[in-house]
Amino acid sequence: MPVFYGSEIDSALMLGTAGYPSPKILADAFARSGAGIATVSLRREGGGGQDFWALIQSLGVRLLPNTAGCHSVREAVTTAHMAREVFATDWIKLEVIGHADTLQPDVFGLVEAARILAADGFKVFPYCTEDLTVCERLLDAGCQVLMPWGAPIGSGLGLNNPHGLRALRAAFPDVPLVVDAGIGLPSHAAAAMEMGYDAVLLNSAVARAGDPAAMAGAMADAIRAGRAAYLADPMERTDMAIPSTPVIGRAFL
Amino acid sequence: MTVTVIGGGVLGLCIATELTGRGIPVAIRDDAPGPQACSWWAGGMLAPWCEAENADEAVLRHGLSAADWWQDQGVPVTRNGTLVVSLSRDAGALSRFARRSGGHQTLDAPGIAALEPDLAGRFSRALFFTDEAHLAPREALAILSGRLGRTDATTGTVIDCRGLSARDALRDLRGVRGEMVVIRCPEITLSRPVRLLHPRMPLYVVPRGDGVFMLGATMLESDRRGPATARAVLELLSAAFALHPAFAEAEVLELGADARPAFPDNLPRIRRVGGVIHANGLYRHGFLLAPAVARMVADHLQHQTRPEFMDADND
Repeated sequence: MPVFYGSEIDSALMLGTAGYPSPKILADAFARSGAGIATVSLRREGGGGQDFWALIQSLGVRLLPNTAGCHSVREAVTTAHMAREVFATDWIKLEVIGHADTLQPDVFGLVEAARILAADGFKVFPYCTEDLTVCERLLDAGCQVLMPWGAPIGSGLGLNNPHGLRALRAAFPDVPLVVDAGIGLPSHAAAAMEMGYDAVLLNSAVARAGDPAAMAGAMADAIRAGRAAYLADPMERTDMAIPSTPVIGRAFL
Repeated sequence: MTVTVIGGGVLGLCIATELTGRGIPVAIRDDAPGPQACSWWAGGMLAPWCEAENADEAVLRHGLSAADWWQDQGVPVTRNGTLVVSLSRDAGALSRFARRSGGHQTLDAPGIAALEPDLAGRFSRALFFTDEAHLAPREALAILSGRLGRTDATTGTVIDCRGLSARDALRDLRGVRGEMVVIRCPEITLSRPVRLLHPRMPLYVVPRGDGVFMLGATMLESDRRGPATARAVLELLSAAFALHPAFAEAEVLELGADARPAFPDNLPRIRRVGGVIHANGLYRHGFLLAPAVARMVADHLQHQTRPEFMDADND
């Protein structure tokens, strides 16, 4: 099971809390998912969200507040400080958005904000790209987890750059890695886990499904299967068929 | 039996009207309808099929009779249906909406042009919800309110319809903030509410006549009732501009914001606590569900039935 900043979490599924048809359905989805971490947004409410936050806190899972919707270092840092007060945790999922249409991370601002927050005692979970150099800089800045995107937030496109994600896994074998964003289907989540990722963070794939609780269960199953497959050391791929039964020595009849 | 209804928003007025219609004397304990009621800011769409896309089936089941109820009270109801469109890059959203709702037919470009000439050439596909309707919320509130007596005393059976203010008694009630814009744009004529599906900025436009339109409504998990934010106004106006560029020339008449009362499953509740009957939690379905909840409360008072939305009865 994944270990983030010294805390072992008993599920590799991290689930977002935005966009569900109702808080009741959100709670049902969490129950079915077995998720160990809930991400929660502070940014958009502009105050007055206490009732909703109380509902999230009653889910009984560890909270990872995020800086969703922040477009600048300053905004993200301020939001992180507010989140630390509201949710009484030094964990923060750091998002610094660089592009309004694709919601791509601003990797330059991200590194800067990560450095400021890590120096201030935050345990930073950066939402980043799979770029090796950016990830190295984030580790230098004090991050001990990396959360590269699979595809743009809410797109459901899956893993757009499997090669890049594999390279990142190979480059940082000891850093907890989480695929964050872009997951649309259980097969996407399973693929990330098969690559050896430690966890998967998703939200829209469950919240926007016709039956969010059922989809949450499907995601949990896929993530368990992907992790088990990774640990089982999958066979290598070959270009030629290799029969599973020997052909030499068969009786001629 | 005499009844005092505390709270003169859409639900309080509907319950008082329903009881009056059944010959039970009622008085409202509240001011005349105004900006203090969150129904003052409502869209007034009677759109059970559209709402079913993202709501419990009970909303559809109990919302179907709303248009008839309002019409029976002498409130002008426009029964022209609802048109749902999406930008071409969000075509998937329209298919999803079609799959998860019902009661619609699919229109092609000529079909859209025939229905709403001002949207001709802008969309190649739309969903037309033929049996839906809309009304003007402030007019509807005023009509009901004008026929009901007021009181400063609380006597007889008490029905508490204070909306979000009733959180002192209903601890699981929460606020869901909504923001709206009213504009005047004489260049555009629409005969029915139009919904624009957008993954980040969903919009509905409700025609109020005389070139006036209500744009709504944001949905935020917050009980803050303060003025509309720049972000919300930007999003609503941007989405309206995407629906039709002529909206850019509109006059902005009004910005509004309030918080809708909602329970965790976003369905209404009727709850009897210590001699008081609470009816609350209409969420974004005030004008759609208030008639059904009013009938349930009246049935409960008259016949001691336990209605579907009643979840506590500790008398």
